[in-house]
Formats: sequence, C-alpha cells, structure tokens
Amino acid sequence: MRSFSFGKALVPVVSAVTLIYLLLPIAYVVAFSFNERRGRNNISWNGFSLQNWQNPCGAPQVCTAFSNSILVGVVATVVATILGTMIAIALVRYKFKGRSTVSLLLFTPMATPEVVLGAGLAAQFLLAGVEKGIGTIILAHTMFCISYVVVAVKARVASLNPAIEEAGRDLYGSPTQVFFRVTLPMLMPGIIGAALLSFALSFDDFIITNFNSGTATTFPKFIYISALKGVPAQANVLASMVFFGALLLVIIVQLVNINRAKRLAKI
Amino acid sequence: MAFTAFSQSAKVVDQAPKGKSWIALILLAPGIAYMLLFFVAPFIQLAITSLQAPAEGHGIGQYVAGLEFINYWTAIQQYWPQLVRAFIYAVIATIIGLLISYPLAYLLGVTLRNRAMLQGILLILVVAPFFISMLLRTLAWKSILPVEFIGTDGSVIFGLIYNFIPFMVLPMFASLQALDLRLVEAGTDLYASPVTVFRKVTLPLSMPGVVSGTLLSFIPMSGDFVVASRSFLGSTDTAMIGNVIESNFLQTQNYPMAAALSIILMLAILVIVATYVRRSGAEDLL
Amino acid sequence: MANHELKQSGADLRLTGIQKRFPGFTAIENLDLEIPAGSFFALLGPSGCGKTTTLRVIAGLEDPTAGQVLIGGTDVTALKPHKRPVNTVFQSYALFPHMSILENVAFGLRRRKVGDPVAKAHEALKLVELDHVSDRKPAQLSGGQQQRVALARAIVNRPALLLLDEPLGALDLKLRRQMQQELKQIQQEVGLTFLHVTHDQEEAMTMADTVAVMNKGRIEQMGAPEELYELPKTVFVANFLGQSNLLSVDVVGGNDQAIHATLAAGGGSRISVARTRTERDSGTITVGVRPEKLRMHQTAPAEDPGINVIGPGRITDVSFIGVSTQYTVDVPGIGNVEVFAQNLEAGPVGHLDDEVWLSWLVEHTFGLADDHLETGALTTEFSTQVIAAQAAE
Repeated sequence: MRSFSFGKALVPVVSAVTLIYLLLPIAYVVAFSFNERRGRNNISWNGFSLQNWQNPCGAPQVCTAFSNSILVGVVATVVATILGTMIAIALVRYKFKGRSTVSLLLFTPMATPEVVLGAGLAAQFLLAGVEKGIGTIILAHTMFCISYVVVAVKARVASLNPAIEEAGRDLYGSPTQVFFRVTLPMLMPGIIGAALLSFALSFDDFIITNFNSGTATTFPKFIYISALKGVPAQANVLASMVFFGALLLVIIVQLVNINRAKRLAKI
Repeated sequence: MAFTAFSQSAKVVDQAPKGKSWIALILLAPGIAYMLLFFVAPFIQLAITSLQAPAEGHGIGQYVAGLEFINYWTAIQQYWPQLVRAFIYAVIATIIGLLISYPLAYLLGVTLRNRAMLQGILLILVVAPFFISMLLRTLAWKSILPVEFIGTDGSVIFGLIYNFIPFMVLPMFASLQALDLRLVEAGTDLYASPVTVFRKVTLPLSMPGVVSGTLLSFIPMSGDFVVASRSFLGSTDTAMIGNVIESNFLQTQNYPMAAALSIILMLAILVIVATYVRRSGAEDLL
Repeated sequence: MANHELKQSGADLRLTGIQKRFPGFTAIENLDLEIPAGSFFALLGPSGCGKTTTLRVIAGLEDPTAGQVLIGGTDVTALKPHKRPVNTVFQSYALFPHMSILENVAFGLRRRKVGDPVAKAHEALKLVELDHVSDRKPAQLSGGQQQRVALARAIVNRPALLLLDEPLGALDLKLRRQMQQELKQIQQEVGLTFLHVTHDQEEAMTMADTVAVMNKGRIEQMGAPEELYELPKTVFVANFLGQSNLLSVDVVGGNDQAIHATLAAGGGSRISVARTRTERDSGTITVGVRPEKLRMHQTAPAEDPGINVIGPGRITDVSFIGVSTQYTVDVPGIGNVEVFAQNLEAGPVGHLDDEVWLSWLVEHTFGLADDHLETGALTTEFSTQVIAAQAAE
C-alpha cells in the first residue's frame, strides 16, 4: 500500500513542480514591468513603480517594433487563414491526383527547424534581389502560418457531418448558399482558432524573422537585440499587456464553454 | 447509403471525397503556389547556395554558382562539435521534458477529467507561456538562475526543456483525455498492479501523444539558437548548430557554409526522426 | 392539430429501371416502383439492402447509374437536390447546429423566397407541438424533440414527397412507438406522400398503407402489411416479416382449388395449398405456415381435407412469455417447428418431451417462389461504412 500512495503522490507533486517551472518566468517578466527605472538596465529590482506602465512607449524603438509585430501578425494571419482554409476544404472534400503529396507539402514546414526555413527564405530573397524588410517578414510568416491553419481547419472539416450540408441542399439551398449559410458557419470555430494560433505564432516568431527582416524590427527582434545591453522595462510592459489581454480572452471563452456545457447538462 | 453511418458516436465521418476536380484546383491553386514559391523554392535555393564557390576577388558575401560539394565536407569538419552538441542537448532535453510533462498531462487528462473548472484553469496555465514573449521568458531565467550556472551545458538544456514543455504536455493531454478509463479498470480487475496497468495499458494507449509531443519538441530544439546564444543562457562553449548557421549567414555572410549546414541539419533530423518513429512503432500516427 | 394551411396532397412517385452501382458492388438493381399520391409507403429491408440508396437517388443526393425518377409525372432525374420538390427527414436529423429551431424550420422557405417564412415556421412548429422552444439551438433539445423539429423543417415546405430515412432509429423503444403514432397522425393531417425507409418490420407494418420489402437491391414483394404477412411469396419475406415454418414438399396432384403434396423427406402426411396461395404448383416446392396458426394435439387428429397435419413430434423447448407460450417441436424428417399458442389456460398446456401432432388450416398455408434463404446483403461486409469507404476509393 505504501508504494501505491507514493505513486498517487507522484503525479500531483511532479505536476506542481512542472507548473512552477513553467510559470515562474512569466511572473518575473510581469513583476519587472513594475520595476523602478534606473538607467537602461532592468535586471536588478529597484522598487515598485508604475512609471513604465504610464509610458509604455518610453524606450526608443520599442513601440515601433511592437506595432510592426502586430501589422505582420494581422496581415500574415488574414492571408494564411484564407489560403489555408481553402486548402483544408479541398483536401478533405475533393479527390484529386497528388493529394498525399499536397498533404506532405503542408506538413513538412512544421517538421523543419525554423533556422532552416529562415535560411532558405533568406537565400531565396538574396538571389531574387529583394530587399528585406516588413514585406519579406510577412511573406515568410504567411508561409508557416498556412501549414498550421491547414492542420487546424482540416480537423474541423473532417468532423463535419455531411448530412447537415445535404439537408441544406435538400431544403432548396444552392451550392453557394449551402456553403455560406451552412458549411462556413459550422467551420467558424475552427477557422477562428486557427487564426488565433497563426497570430500567436507570427507575433512571437524570432528565428525566421531574424533571417528575413533586414533592418526592420519586430518585437521579438527588438528584445533579442537589446538582450546584450539590457532590455528596457517598457518591453515587459507591452508583453504583459498582451499576456493579460490574451488571458482574459481565453478565460472568457472557457467560462462561456463551461456555462454552455452546464446548460446542456440540465436538459 | 452513408446515412446509417452517422451514428452519434462516429466523430470523424466518412466523407466520400467526390467533388468536381476543377473546384479543388481553384481552392488549392493560390495556397499551393504560395508554398511552392516560399517553401519548396527556398529549399532548392538552399541546395544551390550550398554548392556555390567564392567570387573572384573574395568580396564578403560574394559567391558564384558552382558544384563545390567540398563545402559539405568543410562544414562537417569545421562544425561537427556544434552539430553533435545540438543533438545531445536536444535528446537530453526531450527525455527530461517528457519525464516532467507526462505527470502533468496525466493530471489534466485523467485525474481531473471530471473537474471541468480545475482542469480548465490548469490548461490555461499550461498555454499561458504562449501569450508572453518567449525571448523575455528565456531572459528571465538568466536573472533568476545563479550566475555561475549560466553559460553551461546545464543552463542551455534547462532553457530548452523550459521552452518546449507546453508542446510536450498538450499532445499527451489530448491522448490521455481520450483514454477509456474502463480499460484501466479492466487491467486492475485482471490482477495487474498499478505499475503494470500503467506500463501495459495507459502508456501504450497514450503513445500517439508521447510521439507527437517528443517530435514537436525535439525538432525545433535541435535547430534552436536563441537559448544557446551568449546573450541568453549560453556561452561560446555551448554553441549549437543553429548558432553557427545564424552567424555564418547573417554575420560573416558565408552563405554556402550556412546553406550546407542547414541541409546537413535537415538530413540528420530526418534520419533520427525516421529511426525513432520506426522504433516506437508509430508509423501510422504520422 | 387541425391545420388547413399545410393541407395539400402530395404527388405520386415513379421509379423506372433505377440502377445504382458503386465501385465494386451494385446497391440497386433495376428497380421499378410506383407510389400513389397521398400514401404512406414504407421501404423495408435489412441494412445494406439498398433502401437508403434508393431514398438518396429520389432526393437527388445520389445520381442513379441508370433509370429515371418521376415526381408527379415530371422527370426530375437530372435535377439537383435543391431544385426537387422533395424533402428529407434525415436519420441523424441533420439540424443546423448554429441556427435556432425557428431558423432551421424557416431555412427552406427562405431559400425559396416564400412569403412570411417566420409565421409559417411557427405554424409548422405548432403542428409538432414545439413552438415554445423555437428560439433554442438544436443541441438544447432532446432526441425526440430534434426528431420533431426535423419533421417540421421538412413538411413546412409542403413537398410533393416527404422522404423519411430511418427517422426513429435513434430513439428508445417507448419514444419510438409514440412517435410512430404521431407521424402517422401528421401524415393524415397534412396529406403528403410519405416514403419511409426502415429496417424495423413492426414500424413499417404499423405505419404504412403499403410496404415494399427490399433485399439485395431488389423489391422482393410489395403490398398492404396484412397481405405481406399472410401471404409471403419468398423465403426472405416469410422470414424477415415475422417468423415462418417452412417445409419442403413434393407436389403429387391436386384439383381446381388446391394442390396436394407430400413431405419431400417422406412420411405419410399430405399437405394441401390453395392454388391462389402458391407461386408454384409442380415439382418440389417450399410451403410455409406462421407459428401462431399451428395447433398442438395430444393424439393424432381426424383426417379432414381442410386441415394439414404433421407429426408426431416431440416438444424440445417451452418458453412462457406471458401472452403466449412458444413451443419448439422436433418433427422427424422436418426438424424444428415453432408453435405460438395463446395462453387461454393458466400456464403452458404442453410439456417438455410430450409427443404431439400439429395441424393448421389449408387456407393458412402459403407456397413460395424460392427454396432457400439467401443472406440479405449483397456482400458479406455490406455496412454503410464500407460503402462510404469504397465510394471514396
């Protein structure tokens, strides 16, 4: 019986340690957004202050980098979501030659180290004589985002019950009407999820960006460059804002889901 | 006829793909063209670049087309320690990461299965790192960990494990969440001890999650260059293959060398992953 | 429940030479079928017999390999599903999960730009007594309620023909029996032509005016439920619709009214069948009788030209099931014969190992067109998943 209770304790104890490991740096980043400013360095604790939150753009370049990241994330997400959703529908719903090749083509970027993807694209831009900047970052991010969108939306398309679309056709809906009034709304949760994932990946990408940004700066690149000299506390402020915003969104979605599940359970 | 297949239990429905192929073409064309242009072509470009020869006069970053297969030999000769180090780091980090992530995935997927609220909160905590800059979090460790520890093999492995815990936990959670607990009960009923039930029932059934979690971690780890870089948790002694590719490409502009190293890395990963997948008997999972 | 707005008689349906082949097998073989306007028609058969494929061909969800579909005399074979005056109640209900109940019901009306879709949808929901949940989502309703919404969503369009694909299959037994009554009542109310596909023989017999028994892509027999039951023409129908005792007999003679035969395995019993009740009248044929038509005797009954007798046999099993007792009697040369006896007395009248004779009226005997029961499916693995998988190849 002793070994059994040891086994029982193992799971929660290791889980707790892992969670602390996972969350400690987040707490650190958020805490140091409130650090009182002394010089550029934000490594040692100088005391609590709201000055960084009152002036998040106070450090040079930080807000430019931040808004560049948002721009890149939004454009790459929109393009990747549209193209990826189209591919996902084609892959599940249509029979065509080379379907498995197409699947492989879309899966491989996820199984390739970012440094290889980044170097390849940079070599490509170099050969084509394209000057690297925000544009090339967007092109690069859209590429890997498409892969993730296809995988996420494909799962949703595959779980659709075709009888529901058949019901749409049976009830006098033309193919176009059925697509926009039945299929697309049912795919929406999957598409929105894919878009959020795509934005998160683009927003936080550094390795591919580093190879293809030229002189343009994104938020992660800004942090990488400042890392040697010391990252200004404003970066912590902006990162914390994103963190709390995303957290709030996820909590709301979770609560809505749990409520819905409860309401369904009552019936 | 397919209607009788629509029982509520069937989650993934048999969808006979049978639409007209020109619609498929319209749906596929833009995305596939994009991937050919920005994924396949760069790979070819990488192969071409890896065979380039230095231009006359040896201007920095100036190369001409060639068939210098010797570039690969030079690359391996010069950088094999970084290549081997990258894989050793990645293997160790993957194994330790698996050991500390599995219990958390088990807690989420099995122990807390009927406690939606707590499960939801913990799940949010597991994905929370995705919402805050990875670079800032890695830098945070530089301040939290003792100074003497920074710049060692240990600190780099520590950082690698840290960055990929969520990638480990989530697929394993998905597998364990889907595990039919009656099978565990059946194992117990058939005289298996808790340890045996875990080894013979739970673990084999969660293998798909284990395989995808380890692959999702191992591949990016072996190409990582942020954690091992000097301004983060590494030092000159901890450089990984990713650091070498980065410095060759972006600093010394030795494009053929960076390209050759990229291709070597890619091939090495391919061999390792193929062996792993075959050994774990998980070919059909991919 | 009276609702004159929805009252409209449907159109008749005619299928001529319908054939449907999938790669590797044939789901429907040369099917001809006529369903008169306003009738409640059931297509009954085991899973894999081609009945759902037939329904899908009529709805336009599947193109026939050959043949024509005519609704109200108009050839609709080439029309897409959304252009056909046909609506389907799907087995899985297939309600749109993202729309309210009201919007589900109004969907077809809106697509056809029918005036005042909301009022009409409410009216249809009143017919199925679900108007009070019109603003809920499908997931918030029980299975039985969803089923009724699916029905309302179809009949609100007043289709010339309403197709029901095992609509009650997902409901539990009690609810299913209740819905059978409601469905029949609604059909009489709205007067539409209903084509109901089911594998439940009791469901088909209680609800439909006409039942067609389908097997291996063909219609084996068609008629009123009592006609099919009392006079099956094939071994398949005799066994699929209720139970039958089948005997192999040699025809030895006869007169204007009946043919006479002896047991093929030998033995003195003479079996007579009315000429109007047999498909064949010479050679070795298979005749049958329903278990509840048999009477057990402790002694050999007196000879009577109006009665067929077999025996003696031995009772090998007695099952008391309340309203009746079911006996299995082993008759030498014939094998096991099932006898259902109503429990007019308290408790079984026969006992295990009793020697008994069995008799029944000549007019309850039927002669079949074939001799062997062939399995209901075209292929051994004829599940729908297999079809879908094969179609996907």
